[in-house]
Amino acid sequence: MSLAALLEGSPTFAVRAEGTELGQPELAKRSDAVKNRLWQLGVRPGDRVGLRLRKSPDAVVAIFGTLKAGAAYVPVDATSPAARGAYILNDCQVKAVITEETLRPALQAELDALSASPAFIDPRDIPAAPDVPTVHAQPDDVAYILYTSGSTGKPKGVVLSHRNALSFLDWCSSIFRPTADDVFSSHAPFHFDLSILDLFLPAKHGAKLVLINEELGKDPMRLAAAIAEERITHWYSTPSILTLLCEFGKLDRHDCSALRAVLFAGEVFPVPKFRAIRERWPQARYFNLYGPTETNVCTWYEVPGDGSWQTRDTFPIGRPCPPNLSRVVDEHGEDVPTGVAGELVINGPNVMQGYWNRPELTAASFIADAAGRQWYRTGDIVTAEADGAYTYRGRRDRMVKRRGYRVELGEIEAALLRHPDVREAAVVATRDDDWGVRIAAFVSCHAGRTLSIIGLKSHSSSQLPPYMIPDVFRKVDALPRTSTDKVDLQTLAASL
Amino acid sequence: MNDVKTVLRSFILENLLPGENPGNLTDDTELKESGILDSMSTLKLVTFLEDQYKIEFAANDLEPGNLSSIASLERLVRSKL
Repeated sequence: MSLAALLEGSPTFAVRAEGTELGQPELAKRSDAVKNRLWQLGVRPGDRVGLRLRKSPDAVVAIFGTLKAGAAYVPVDATSPAARGAYILNDCQVKAVITEETLRPALQAELDALSASPAFIDPRDIPAAPDVPTVHAQPDDVAYILYTSGSTGKPKGVVLSHRNALSFLDWCSSIFRPTADDVFSSHAPFHFDLSILDLFLPAKHGAKLVLINEELGKDPMRLAAAIAEERITHWYSTPSILTLLCEFGKLDRHDCSALRAVLFAGEVFPVPKFRAIRERWPQARYFNLYGPTETNVCTWYEVPGDGSWQTRDTFPIGRPCPPNLSRVVDEHGEDVPTGVAGELVINGPNVMQGYWNRPELTAASFIADAAGRQWYRTGDIVTAEADGAYTYRGRRDRMVKRRGYRVELGEIEAALLRHPDVREAAVVATRDDDWGVRIAAFVSCHAGRTLSIIGLKSHSSSQLPPYMIPDVFRKVDALPRTSTDKVDLQTLAASL
Repeated sequence: MNDVKTVLRSFILENLLPGENPGNLTDDTELKESGILDSMSTLKLVTFLEDQYKIEFAANDLEPGNLSSIASLERLVRSKL
């Protein structure tokens, strides 16, 4: 079984976007054209194909076409700077890139600068190519590589197989029990791992998929109208988007009664914010799904329908998704007792193969137990409750979650240091009751230079995706240092 | 009523560019491309303007062209007054 086979086996699967619908026969035909063209261009099983596409039926076709060719798809953010996309596509040595004509020149210039020369495919204009059979990928073949923020300043590629995705989808089927009558939302971009459920679960069950493009996804008023008009039954997004919908979407004007499951993941959902959305949509079931990109979802919690959650501050992240296993360990890899904080580690079919071309980082991300089983270290500190459910407590490193995305503060610092006038940069994150996390950057400049905050924002937006741009910039003469000459991040955070 | 541009300038400086020298923010400073107005801060600004001027924006008012500078935002607000 492969992800591409999901499309072949579901005649009722359809993708809707901006009022038009593409049924399974058309999706199959168009993805065959992509597959044939990829093959003609020399793409073979095991190769990588980059996608830099806005959320559209073309992007769905490109994903299935790549999988049918037996290649792995590598989606990069079309709204992030082209240089970041080019770095990613060069890092994993894509053979071809599928991108819209309007997005191509900037990306090609950046790839040229890296001496990378993949073939380009315009999804709107695919030359006819001889028909070749669909490749039936093996479970451990790579299906996709998702790049996440890297602490050393460069994104890192999480390598995921067909088995990883299919195991997760089987679990989803057992919990959400979709039918061909259901209508799923696709809010998360395709480079974000929430998209795996969005895209492949409706394909598996012959349901409808409503694509929510980048502009619509950020506009709560139109988004609320779309949820109502499309009669969406399964919604999946970060808590931030649900909060935006609640606060700015004028939900009282829209009938969203078709919703029967609301899934959220990617960050902590403050209970008061959750209460507001629950009051608007009381008929739905609510699920808190937890998991880093390296495991997709690996634990889950359903908010009880009886209101017993009302007294909580935060929701648990719940119990492991079978057949995956979990443990909470100390710094030596030994299990800690119930109620004691430790790092959550995961073993099972959802767990990634490793990081692309980073064997040392991969090795450091796993620990072996006495039986030789490998456990992925999530980096998340949790406690187990008496009933076995986990509660998230924090991180063991400098990663934060913002709008559901992983943000390594070191990657922001590295980007700021690329500004010619910046001498030092340090970034700290603080809690924000409304939006989860605020990011503050402290910078000092070279002698004789001046920095404007507008200039720093503008530089950041040329280097980083929107969710990584600091909220606050502070100019300082010099960064404070600890006695061991490290940047004193605690003092900086306390000064905010 | 305060001058709309003054209201816009002080909201942006206070909420989106704390610490910036006010002289660096002109009527024509690019707000979207420069990352000053992202999706979240746009919503905060819109909510503030709706409260401040007792106006209501429609979804299609919030096109990038209307949000690109203080000058274009002022035109948008004035069209609603």
